[in-house]
Amino acid sequence: MNRRESLKLLALALGATAPGALTAAGCRWTASDAERAARQAESARAEGDFSPSFFTDEEYETVRVLADLIIPADDRSGSATEAGVPEFMDFMVLDRVPMQGPMREGLAWLNAWSQERFGVSFPACAEAQRIELVEAIAWPEDADPALAEGVAFFNFFRDLTASGFWTTEAGMADLGYRGNVFVHEWTGAPKSEIERLGLSEAPWETLRRGERA
Amino acid sequence: MRHIVNPDIYDVVIVGSGAGGGMAAYVLAQAGAKVAMLEAGPMWDAAADGDMFTWNYTSPARGASSKEKPFGEFDGCIGGWEIEGEPYTRAEGTEWDWFRARMLGGRTNHWGRISLRFGPDDFRGYSLDGLGDDWPIGYEDLAPWYDKLDRLVGIFGNRDGFYNEPDGDFLPPPAPRLHELLVMQGAARLGIPVLANRLSILTKAHNGRVACHFCGQCGRGCATGSNFSSPSVLLPPALDTGRLTIVDQAMAREILTDEEGLATGVSYVNRNDMQEYAVRGRVVVLAASACETARLLLNSTSSRHPAGLANASGVVGRYLMDSTGASVAGIFPQLVGRAAYNEDGVGGAHIYIPWFGQDARRDFARGYHLEVWGGRDQPSYGFMGGIHTINNLFEDRPRGGGGYGMQLKQDYRDLYGSVVGFSARGEMIARRDNYCEIDPDETDQYGIPVLRFHVRWSDEEYRQIKHAQEASRQLVEAMGGEVLTPMPSEEDGYGILAPGRIIHEVGTARMGNDPARAPLNAWCQAHDARNVFVTDGAPFVSQAHKNATWTILALAWRTADRIVELRNAGAL
Repeated sequence: MNRRESLKLLALALGATAPGALTAAGCRWTASDAERAARQAESARAEGDFSPSFFTDEEYETVRVLADLIIPADDRSGSATEAGVPEFMDFMVLDRVPMQGPMREGLAWLNAWSQERFGVSFPACAEAQRIELVEAIAWPEDADPALAEGVAFFNFFRDLTASGFWTTEAGMADLGYRGNVFVHEWTGAPKSEIERLGLSEAPWETLRRGERA
Repeated sequence: MRHIVNPDIYDVVIVGSGAGGGMAAYVLAQAGAKVAMLEAGPMWDAAADGDMFTWNYTSPARGASSKEKPFGEFDGCIGGWEIEGEPYTRAEGTEWDWFRARMLGGRTNHWGRISLRFGPDDFRGYSLDGLGDDWPIGYEDLAPWYDKLDRLVGIFGNRDGFYNEPDGDFLPPPAPRLHELLVMQGAARLGIPVLANRLSILTKAHNGRVACHFCGQCGRGCATGSNFSSPSVLLPPALDTGRLTIVDQAMAREILTDEEGLATGVSYVNRNDMQEYAVRGRVVVLAASACETARLLLNSTSSRHPAGLANASGVVGRYLMDSTGASVAGIFPQLVGRAAYNEDGVGGAHIYIPWFGQDARRDFARGYHLEVWGGRDQPSYGFMGGIHTINNLFEDRPRGGGGYGMQLKQDYRDLYGSVVGFSARGEMIARRDNYCEIDPDETDQYGIPVLRFHVRWSDEEYRQIKHAQEASRQLVEAMGGEVLTPMPSEEDGYGILAPGRIIHEVGTARMGNDPARAPLNAWCQAHDARNVFVTDGAPFVSQAHKNATWTILALAWRTADRIVELRNAGAL
């Protein structure tokens, strides 16, 4: 049970706003539904005509801008929108009712705050203005307590962006995940890593410390 | 109740297709018995129905868990703690979360393949500390079946000679992963032992089954059958005899009895047509899971068995146990920015931390072991959630954790695989007051009365988990890491999970030589109905801190051998 449990526990251990903590409501798709939906999203994205089912058009524009601020493109991989994160979010939030309130209210909070500060919605802001807004809510310990709602939303949105980005083929390639393949012979950790950490590959027999006679 | 009665009369009717039912069918069909097996869920074939090697990105949910799939979208187990149409209740102020699998092979599709033998101490807890009861058998009585089991199924491990952790007939253990070597180094500093894990996964081809290919996805169902599940190891040879009939979608209602009080068969609801059926047999073997078996016995009332079959003692449903459980995770600077390589390994830890406090002064009875997790798993939904709480731990960030943009993107890469966790699994003391009974007011969608649970942890379990929390935190520190969560308070039960969460349910129909104190005799045969046997976790007198499956299997084999012996002697 360990590895599966670890994924759940990691999300729970690392903070209450982790997406894993918000998944209590049941999902109803079957494996084949899911695959079909994934293919549809894939082809819609390729054709550039994806229309969100959960988000309004304005919300969706905010999602796209915010996701790319969180994970931009660099020389190792593309941006969040290039990886289909907004489409992923539209699916997940639609499917998971408990996430809908935090998402909708958070986007509304951001756009209302943007209106208040700059007279336009978040996606309509100039780049420098967007940065200014995000800077104010992206650092929980350093943020103005009056912006707590925005900080909580940004934590939630950051986590969901990461879920959507790093679980793609491009995200996994960027991370250097090399598994999910047939391995003929298991040889353990690379020697170079064992040396780098100052560890030893002692045979099992020498590792039975604390043994009771 | 009227039934559609199967015209055949079987030698044995088995309820359940998991570890206990699969083993009973394996032995009895090969011994020449005509066997009918009832399974409450559908047929399931890991090769055809499982999701091994499925990439998480093929689904828009990216492998996320749900109520229906609590261990992730691609997990191979159909079931969970909540099943639509199959409720259970809890007495006020008590807890129990009941995990059920509904599929061929039952919970052998779910477990972590941690295959530990109970040791000599685990059969004589009462003699050692005055709590619970001793088993009517000792380690030496069961050892021959553990030996046969190792050889049949295949298990890796190292012959350690460690106290109360009897060695088996092991295949070679896989070398530890990087973070596991780090655990070994930290544990050595504290004098905490680390053994090679003991998992029923084939590191070499074994008995016609191919070796593991180290994809780490045992939980999705192994398409090559390289780990143990009932359908990968036990059911095929039983089916090959031509004497095993598996009836799927069959939700058992009660055990039918005659005027003498002996079992004549089992009635069930066919989930396909919701009609009532009955299958007749000369012997009935219950292997439906400890609690489902108790429910069946308690629902099988008659003039000869007014309190339920095998329940003259009033003990059926009592002494229900799970393992205690709590987890601690740490993050390790040495593991930040690791090299990229495949470290999937087998589906579970390659190392095992056995109970190490036998000789230490302590304020609780019995012990626990620690299961280790971590590594660069295939990213799935929830990947590095809560990163804002950790990405400033090893680097001075003037504004604290969190952020966005290029720095954040690099943080994900660097921190991937830097978390290692410990999950304690400890022994719960068997107590009469922890029990399940029939709820007089509620039935499930099949009209079968449901269970009502009454389970509470005692101070023994709370103090044990406090110790495990402290030891795990010391381990994280000795390894040079930072613990990710504060020590839970006494009010929070030191972080102990609700009983039932570890899915090691045992007890409810314990073995014992005294019919007034135990439903089953030392051969897992009902004291008051000689043709009724139990081969799941229900016969356990105590739980040990050990994952129950290996002992369920060994005990089931011993029980099945006994059935053959009694039948051949004309005693059944």
